[in-house]
Amino acid sequence: MAQQFPHRVCPATGLKIDLRAEKLIKVNAVAAVVFLAIGGLFGLGVALTRWPAIHLLPADWFYLALTAHGLDVLLVWVIFFEMAVLYFASAVLLNSRLATPNWAWAAFWLMLIGALITNVAVLQGQSTVMFTSYVPMKAAPHFYLGIILFAVGALIGCFVFLGTLVVAREEKTYQGSIPLVTFGAMTAALIAIFTIASGAIILIPTMLWSAGIISHIDSLMYRTVWWAMGHSSQQINVSAHVAIWYAVAAVLLGAKPLSEKVCRTGFVLYILFLQLASAHHLLADPGLSSEWKVFNTSYAMYLAVLGSMIHGMTVPGSIETAQRRRGYNNGLFEWLRKAPWDNPAFSGVFLSLIIFGFLGGISGVVVGTEQLNLIMHNTMYVPGHFHATVVGGTTLAFMAITYLLIPLIFQRQLILKKWAQWQPYLFGLGVVGLSLFQMGAGTLGVPRRHWDMTLADAALKHEFPGAAYMMMGLNGISAIIATIGGIMFIVVVVGSILKGAPVAAAPAKKEAAPAPVGAAIGQYGSEAHVAIPGTLVFVGVFFVSFVLYYFVNWKYLSEVWPLR
Amino acid sequence: MTAIQPPSARIWWNEPVAKPELIWVTVAFLWGLVMFFTMIWWHGAGKQNLSNEAYRITPEMFMARTEEMIGKYKSGMDEASGMPIVRPPSGSDIYLVGRMWQWYPILELEKDQSYRLHISSLDILHGFSLQPTNINLQIHPGYEMVLTATPDQAGQFAIVCNEFCGIGHHAMVGRVIVK
Repeated sequence: MAQQFPHRVCPATGLKIDLRAEKLIKVNAVAAVVFLAIGGLFGLGVALTRWPAIHLLPADWFYLALTAHGLDVLLVWVIFFEMAVLYFASAVLLNSRLATPNWAWAAFWLMLIGALITNVAVLQGQSTVMFTSYVPMKAAPHFYLGIILFAVGALIGCFVFLGTLVVAREEKTYQGSIPLVTFGAMTAALIAIFTIASGAIILIPTMLWSAGIISHIDSLMYRTVWWAMGHSSQQINVSAHVAIWYAVAAVLLGAKPLSEKVCRTGFVLYILFLQLASAHHLLADPGLSSEWKVFNTSYAMYLAVLGSMIHGMTVPGSIETAQRRRGYNNGLFEWLRKAPWDNPAFSGVFLSLIIFGFLGGISGVVVGTEQLNLIMHNTMYVPGHFHATVVGGTTLAFMAITYLLIPLIFQRQLILKKWAQWQPYLFGLGVVGLSLFQMGAGTLGVPRRHWDMTLADAALKHEFPGAAYMMMGLNGISAIIATIGGIMFIVVVVGSILKGAPVAAAPAKKEAAPAPVGAAIGQYGSEAHVAIPGTLVFVGVFFVSFVLYYFVNWKYLSEVWPLR
Repeated sequence: MTAIQPPSARIWWNEPVAKPELIWVTVAFLWGLVMFFTMIWWHGAGKQNLSNEAYRITPEMFMARTEEMIGKYKSGMDEASGMPIVRPPSGSDIYLVGRMWQWYPILELEKDQSYRLHISSLDILHGFSLQPTNINLQIHPGYEMVLTATPDQAGQFAIVCNEFCGIGHHAMVGRVIVK
């Protein structure tokens, strides 16, 4: 029997919303957005310094800003937001109370204190070691301590999520299996537990080493285990933002998964294989065998890539099906043209899907190919890749669902609706620019994490090609565009939370279920099947781009000095 | 049921899968296999592969071997950097030291000849980035990476450091001359 708990009933869905869960979702989302703002501004400083014509910051500040940028957006922003997603996908979607809300509060405070400690350590100037803090470069002990506290907090949050799944099941708050979005969030939580365990295994000894208690940490071991945290934490993001793609399509369009089996199999492949990605960072390292590199870097024969390619079809496929049911049935793409492009939740999600798949996904496989990595390792190509995945994919998806959380959870209407409407496009454009120009500069050899590509201070000179300078300039312009998009997001979100008109107990806008139209309908899986020709064209274009770009890079590789 | 509601069938893993999805999953899986076996195939057919040869070594030992090579094959001195230039015979073992903030020494190689190149760091991580050909390696202290390189273009090449190694990182540039 379900326990009584303080709740309100959501006017839109009829779900019970645990008020304690609601408050936790709010504080985690707000903390996330604050760190996005801080980390984003550090990022702008980095990009304007790397624009050779501007070269904004002095070297020490540049490296400090780059360290803070990585920490605040790659770790703090996304993980805080993921805590909000976990509580939403468990307590709210399952119509349940949140398990152990006090522990969830402890998690929040630990994460906040940890993030603050690490930020202070970086700003003190003695911990300019980059986000990755590779040993034997040493940061102050409290740099590591902050990350450890943050990670412990996140771990508690994951267990609150899993506990809530158990509570909801015991108390029979829903019928049958958990929803697909909750399944995706569960994938994220399981990967998070692996990630945090890896982080603890490497960062606790490193903190003790920094404090002088342990004498030596092996640099190759550090990179291997650290990246089991560093890359896997980005896989938490992938699972979470794919879940959000499904969630937004479901809320806005009533989209149903094409086949529950296929979609969930995609997530299961993530759970089983995504964690092997530590190898992506070790392809140009000594002391690891090619067999190890090939197996791990390909996620065991690309089975996790298969997972992403599945979602790359089923997400647009479910949108196409939903739209065709509404009668947008003309030609290949009427369903897409008539999609709610003026709704930032939709446009954000669709842009996230495109940027993540076409730019982030393809470049990730290429740079993660054992030999191809030779011509890209530690060049600007690498940040070019992950700005497409983490900023274009994850951050844009998180922004998109925030536009839904404001009315549903914060119960406020959006202010500055026009700004909100344009924001995903502007931010998306900036991110596409960042990603493409960084990758372009990388193929011309420009190093990442480097203050001065003119190499003016070096005794031995080297001149990068003029095109590389242009790329880094365009990268700076893209960063400005993305920053404007980011500021618009923050103004809209903070403004709506503080000043937005309260959402009146709006009458639940239940659209009459549209009558099935058009194509022959047969009962396949959980979804009466509607043909999805547009989506098939979409994945066809994707596949051709993927294959061409992949082999073009082998051509590039074949032109460099023979090595064996 | 939508993605935010429980699936209509509790036993979701027994559902039949529609044809378009089945085709796409098959294509994607096969493409994964192609990419996987391309990496293995390149180890035999391709000319650009990292060797699996690496040793643990102390910085002192590595520096001693480098100095020994410089003693044997020194051919000059670079005025701007004050660094020795070495011209080792083809096929020989050549040593390159990465340290804050130098690639040491300057190597003078012959085009289309092979050399056994040993690289290690004396202090912290460095990134070996040979420009403009764009070959990039991660260099660890305590690990000696050995690979056989065959420069097939003549000219002056720079080794830019592309792993952050402290405040002088951006001044860390080395030189390889291929004649």
